[in-house]
Amino acid sequence: MDLSLQLLPIDGVLIAVGLWILVGAAGMVRPASFFLVARVLFPLGALVSLLLAIVAVAGLFTAPQVAVLPIGLPGLPFHLRLDALSAFFLFLLGAAGAGISIFASGYFRKGEGTPPGLLCLLYHLFVASMAMVMVADDAYVFMVMWELMALSSFFLVTANHTIPAIRRAGYLYLLIAHIGALGILLAFGVLQANTGDYTFANMRAQHLSPFWASTAFLLALFGFGAKAGMLPLHIWLPEAHPAAPSPVSALMSGVMLKTAIYGILRVGFEVLQTQLWWWGVLAIVLGLSTALFGVVFSAVQTDMKRLLAYSSIENIGLLLVGMGLALLFVGYGTSALAALALTAVLYHALNHAFFKSLLFLCTGAVLHATGERNLGKLGGLLRTMPWVGWLALVGALAAAGLPPLNGFVSEWLLLQSFLFTLGLPSTFVNMLLPVVAAGVALVAALGGYVMVKFFGVIFLGQPREPALARSHDAAFSERAGLVWLAAGCVLLGLFPVTVIALIDPVTRVLVGDGVGPKVAANGWLMLAPVAAERSSYSPLLFLLLVAASCALTFALVRRLYHGRIRRSPPWDCGYPLLNARMQDTAEGFGQPIRQVFEPFFRIDRHLPSPFDRHPVYRLSATDHVWHWVYLPVARAVEGLSRLVGLLQQGRISTYLMYSFVTLILMLLLVFR
Amino acid sequence: MTAYSVLAQVLALLLAVLGAPLLTGWINQCRAWLQNRSAPPLLLPYRTLHKLFHKDSVIAENASPLFRIAPYIVFGVMVLACGIVPSLSTDLPLAPAADAIALVGLFAVARVFMSLAAMDIGTAFGTLGARREMLVGFLAEPALLMVLFTAAFMTQSTSLASIVETTASQEFAIVPSLAFAGVAFTMVSLAENARVPVDNPATHLELTMIHEAMILEYSGRHLALMEWAASLKLFAYSSIGLALFFPWGIAQVHDPVGLLLAAPALVLKLAIGGAGLALIETVSAKMRIFRVPEFLAGAFLLAVIGILVHFLLGA
Repeated sequence: MDLSLQLLPIDGVLIAVGLWILVGAAGMVRPASFFLVARVLFPLGALVSLLLAIVAVAGLFTAPQVAVLPIGLPGLPFHLRLDALSAFFLFLLGAAGAGISIFASGYFRKGEGTPPGLLCLLYHLFVASMAMVMVADDAYVFMVMWELMALSSFFLVTANHTIPAIRRAGYLYLLIAHIGALGILLAFGVLQANTGDYTFANMRAQHLSPFWASTAFLLALFGFGAKAGMLPLHIWLPEAHPAAPSPVSALMSGVMLKTAIYGILRVGFEVLQTQLWWWGVLAIVLGLSTALFGVVFSAVQTDMKRLLAYSSIENIGLLLVGMGLALLFVGYGTSALAALALTAVLYHALNHAFFKSLLFLCTGAVLHATGERNLGKLGGLLRTMPWVGWLALVGALAAAGLPPLNGFVSEWLLLQSFLFTLGLPSTFVNMLLPVVAAGVALVAALGGYVMVKFFGVIFLGQPREPALARSHDAAFSERAGLVWLAAGCVLLGLFPVTVIALIDPVTRVLVGDGVGPKVAANGWLMLAPVAAERSSYSPLLFLLLVAASCALTFALVRRLYHGRIRRSPPWDCGYPLLNARMQDTAEGFGQPIRQVFEPFFRIDRHLPSPFDRHPVYRLSATDHVWHWVYLPVARAVEGLSRLVGLLQQGRISTYLMYSFVTLILMLLLVFR
Repeated sequence: MTAYSVLAQVLALLLAVLGAPLLTGWINQCRAWLQNRSAPPLLLPYRTLHKLFHKDSVIAENASPLFRIAPYIVFGVMVLACGIVPSLSTDLPLAPAADAIALVGLFAVARVFMSLAAMDIGTAFGTLGARREMLVGFLAEPALLMVLFTAAFMTQSTSLASIVETTASQEFAIVPSLAFAGVAFTMVSLAENARVPVDNPATHLELTMIHEAMILEYSGRHLALMEWAASLKLFAYSSIGLALFFPWGIAQVHDPVGLLLAAPALVLKLAIGGAGLALIETVSAKMRIFRVPEFLAGAFLLAVIGILVHFLLGA
């Protein structure tokens, strides 16, 4: 057998990473050349993503492979390892990234801040570093790649760095990313248990005491939570996502947040050998608060990208709830239930990558067509931008968790894993879980509200500004990217049994159990994760039945009656003066949520008095966390630095006296 | 899948699609009697549908295709919902397509499409209706899910057919958790089916409308489908309620005699339930829209308490 041609999946991953770096570097050959970057390099990058996705599927079903790259410091090479968990997240990166790269090839325009060649380099470094994070097998390469990911995405976020608000958002992002990275670094420090060997293999071999294991887990949860947008570390997310160009927002929200999920799964389930049940309770409580917070804030946003950013916080919360549930089950030794919960988590991560990328890209197309991000100045775009509109509808319905699209399947699985929890040994947990299930149901329903607002205000109704009538649909390559992601939403929704077969090896790595065989036993049409008589869902049948009854109704109505249609001005109960200002604005549509969940917001309201000549109504609903956590910390830091400032008088003689006094003190200490 | 189960499925579907307007007519009649009015004919809903199908559809000039396909989707979804709720028999070939959670998702699909269609023309009343409908929905949906979860926790299954088979085979007893769930379910059904005290199906004042405001722009066959879908929704909710709380009389697997008896039993139960609904509507007053979240949050909490009671008492 010819060994030189024997390529393992991990080699494929490294080749893909190398190709990405090459593609990125090629952008710097002629950084100002728009044609080279947009028409050649980004499509090439998309092809590499596709390659990575295929390689990753192969990696799912092969045994874990290791590789050592002789780069890095002397005696400290890069240890890499590809197992099913890495492969799954690489698949997510490749599959969603392909659509985003194709879209990006049509998206970046001339004269938007950073030159296209530099954008291309940063973009491909960003995706390459994410791929490397997922195959890292020691803390050193993990942290290097994690930082590379943070930095490249920081420069991408600040692509339009001439705008002060964007620079500010980028700074906040960088700050929180580094606070989080410190947490991760400390977690690795605890995990290596004083052996000085920072490979994950060594960490797996350590058996930490419950105290140190908990410390490591909490540090990791903090660190990765900062990247994921967990409460109260979420504040960078609604600033950075809208600031970034849309393909970058899509990558950050769809894929980069998942690297944090990957990190929690890797450390919490695979590297740590023991799991305690209360970690699960903590993760569930944090996750549910994050999800509820995210969705409630999402409902009152007036900027379409901020709305999606808050919705990402919601989805991260749901993922955390699922992981918490799995930790709880592992802590109690019921690995079959843990496998079900983890299946829901991984499935939802994949779904979120598709529908959230799709929605962010749609906002990008809308932004380019109209120059407007404010929901209050959009409307009626389904008529002028049918491609973007209908594909956004697919994404919105998927994000709202409606059957038969993909968002529903993972929410269904998550709720199922709540339902079969009877008989856990703790009464407290048994009582907690139904309440959490109720919370998840509430979040899912509110998600529907948000998506109706998002789609309805942007694409339906009358255009709120006259200029919108001149908006144009997306270009060909943008459409191709959107179609790819929308097709992913539909297929992931219609063929859950196939997707779960991909997830099965991953849950086996994490908890040593999987729902794959049980699911496969019922055939590819029917999803029944526990047993067919207990719960079942068949999306394809579901779609066919709805389509059949729609078609039958349509045919019958046409046959028995007629198909006549008359067009006329809208009736509107006979009110003659109808204009676009009479529709709900984004504020109006979110107003019930603001009223129902008033304690969530810090509301600053300015009402006009009856005597105002030019009445102004102004309202801002902001985040309590900012005022309760971040501003006090910032004030404390400022106060401390002011105290330090007292030392600095700016006179040479004073500084000399400091040195002199210090010297005397030192001498006193030494010669005491 | 046997010929018997196919027959049961077809019968259940036909009964739902053809009988749903009758249920609406019956409730209207009971309401009129209770309010001391002379009642409209029982078959009035059919005549209305027939009349609407005959008329031309008048559609606003700026309506998008979404506006025209929404009635078909809403109607198709409601037909499927009626097909998977065990109203006559638990042996339904369509039932495995969607369990209780998917059924809630199915109602959500209808709600979302109806709201989107209402926002499509861009009238003030349409968006008002859509916003209010979503406001009702975001609390009613989890409350309904919690009611179904109570039953699912009791029977360890989310398949409606299994739930009914298990509860119907038990001795009659008032189970505390089901009592909570029953109250919650009644409240949710009132809200979801646009009934007093949440919404008034007979209102003519646009500012108080929820459901009616959303379909203001529809006419002709599209309006007929929307109205019919609303009847089907009421039928589906009634069937869910009967299946969860009064499952007796529903035919079990392969039971032709039971199937014969199930139809009159269902009609009788629906008649009583419809009269009860009319009574509730007559004795309660419509709430302000911002009392509705409190009402539904009450339903939601009652349903959660029902589950907790199940865990505490084991019943």
